Amino acid sequence: MIADPTNAEAAQTADAAVRLSVARPGDKGVIVDVRAESHAGDHGVDVSELQRRLLEFGFVEGARIEVLHEGAIWRDPIAVRLDDMRIGLRRRDAEDVWVLLDAK
Amino acid sequence: MSDAALSGASLASAPLANARVALVGNPNSGKTALFNALTGSRQKVANYAGVTVERKEGQVATPHGRSLSVIDLPGTYSLRARSPDEVVTRDAVLGRLAGETPPDVLVCVADATNLRLVLRLILELKAVGRPMVLALNMYDIAQRQGLRIDLDGLAREIGCPIVTTVATRKRGIEDLVAQVEALIEAGGLNGDNTWREPDAGQIRDAHREAQRILKAHVRAPERPDTFTGKVDGVLLHPVAGLAILLTLLFVMFQAVFTWSKAAGDLMTEGFTAVGVFVAAHLPPGMLTSFLTDGVISGVGSVIVFLPQILVLFFFIILLEDFGYMARAAFLMDRIMGGAGLHGRAFIPLLSSFACAIPGIMATRVIDNKRDRLTTIMVAPLMTCSARIPVYTLIISAFIPNRSVLGVLNLPGLVMFGLYAAGILSALGVSFITRRLFWRGAVEPFLMELPAYKLPDPVNVLRSLYIRGKIFITRAGTIIFPMMILVWFLSSFPGAPAGATDPAINYSFAGQIGHFLAPALAPIGFNWQMTVALIPGFAAREVAVAALGTVYAIGNADASPGALATTLQHHWSIATGLAFLAWYVFAPQCASTIGVVKRETNSWLWPAVMLVYMTGLAYLAALIVYQVAKASGLG
Repeated sequence: MIADPTNAEAAQTADAAVRLSVARPGDKGVIVDVRAESHAGDHGVDVSELQRRLLEFGFVEGARIEVLHEGAIWRDPIAVRLDDMRIGLRRRDAEDVWVLLDAK
Repeated sequence: MSDAALSGASLASAPLANARVALVGNPNSGKTALFNALTGSRQKVANYAGVTVERKEGQVATPHGRSLSVIDLPGTYSLRARSPDEVVTRDAVLGRLAGETPPDVLVCVADATNLRLVLRLILELKAVGRPMVLALNMYDIAQRQGLRIDLDGLAREIGCPIVTTVATRKRGIEDLVAQVEALIEAGGLNGDNTWREPDAGQIRDAHREAQRILKAHVRAPERPDTFTGKVDGVLLHPVAGLAILLTLLFVMFQAVFTWSKAAGDLMTEGFTAVGVFVAAHLPPGMLTSFLTDGVISGVGSVIVFLPQILVLFFFIILLEDFGYMARAAFLMDRIMGGAGLHGRAFIPLLSSFACAIPGIMATRVIDNKRDRLTTIMVAPLMTCSARIPVYTLIISAFIPNRSVLGVLNLPGLVMFGLYAAGILSALGVSFITRRLFWRGAVEPFLMELPAYKLPDPVNVLRSLYIRGKIFITRAGTIIFPMMILVWFLSSFPGAPAGATDPAINYSFAGQIGHFLAPALAPIGFNWQMTVALIPGFAAREVAVAALGTVYAIGNADASPGALATTLQHHWSIATGLAFLAWYVFAPQCASTIGVVKRETNSWLWPAVMLVYMTGLAYLAALIVYQVAKASGLG
């Protein structure tokens, strides 16, 4: 899964990248990797299905992302601007999205 | 439909005189508004065979005399179906949906201001090989934002004609019909179906392709929508957002509970008056009883729900069209999630405090099948308004009116406790259902938060009309026979000549009651109570009148005081308390069972509900009765 050649570049920047699941409102950056590894079997769907759903919603490498809002309880879920769309998602489902944050 | 069919008859020999058109698109693309603009009031709403997915079909007469039958497929982001709704869309598009003729033309509906995701869907749809038109909807908003779309270039690139539309203003509709007709006349499939379920790499490639097309033919808006961002700053605020949501829900609840109650009461009175009129003008006997207690009150018990359903759905449709529903789900997700419920379950459950019928119908806002089923199953545990007369009667008879701790009033406290028991048991049941039966089946929560839009009044009213019609024609047709059945059981056979007891004692209901009495003895119920439970299945509040009947107190509804006094003589306090506990849980409502059957399209779920709720009721009443008896209240 991770051996996807399109992610080769991303691997180099992976050190600096963070999981979307830990980002806070105001954080913005570029998606560098969308993986299929967290919580195997724990999403109700398998991780590669979760990955495909994320991809279908536009969580793809190269997309601009900004965290806009977060929920009141456990700061969950989060609302993000993804290119020109707004999407709400749970932090646990956002773990496999790696974001290279802009310098603040 | 009829005039279209007549003019279409002259073309009957031509190929595809009556063609089928399917609307496909992302959620929030204005697809339903476009469907309404195309078909007007000539719509039919049903279910797809074997599933609970709503099937909307309408007719359009074309200038060339064809009659197009248009179906509005559930919105989707991909043909890779992830929910029962999306399975229907995929199978319909691929032409392999059981019992459905494959569509001749696809109309892909896109929000012109939000093309990125739909372009990927278009690429998938192209692979299916059916003739297709792209309807760029909400084109007025795109123009207002200064979004520049190179229509010719885009049409060439995706290889299908493009029509710009403003569904809410009926703009572009004729163009769209003309394009569809041109494709029908050109005839036949564009190519073979080469669609395969894409893997992650292919989805990435498709996105890259969509991105390229977007870059080449669409220039970013000069005046992008900043309104949605500003409104979200308030509505999604962790504190202010929740406060606004709760206020909104409170207003909704009040509206369903009080405004519609006035209309509902008026209808009840109206039907009672009709019943009294019929009873006064017909000789007493079985026929009159059938007409007044069976037919008229049966129809009445269907109609009486209508105001609540219309008021509730008015709010739901308004909030949905405004784009707020996704925000409400976002705000409530964690709160409801603790009990294993979806964020969107909040509105159905809140509505169930007024009545479970509109509440269960409102679960349609929940996409995921399991989430929706769980919500349906626990909705009747919320204390509905029909329980209030029963609670009031028993409390006034058995709970002394004295204050507790100086400030609280004991009857009020008991009432509060009954409400709390309902809420806690609903949360508990859904929690256990999640843990026990659907473990780990928490679906990923990924949801578009669409741009806010002003709801279109005509569309709101049309959707409201369709909801009301669905309730009357589909739920009504099951509630009504159940009412007749309850009437039949309570009325047949009639009392023998010279009988001294109330007639109900001799009926089937009486016999069932006597038969069940030993089983209900451990929970402190006497045979009069078990007999009253049978007609009480018509609706919870009917139990008051039914108790009046078995204890031979005429007009118990009008003079509850007399009935309360009688109950004090015949029941122990333990029995009274057990009866309250029973009513917190018992599925004493035929209409609820009927609606669950309709909404789940199966008798399995109403049966499960009947069994689990009766089980809970028995257990609760048993514990309450035995504990109360042991404490010397027997």
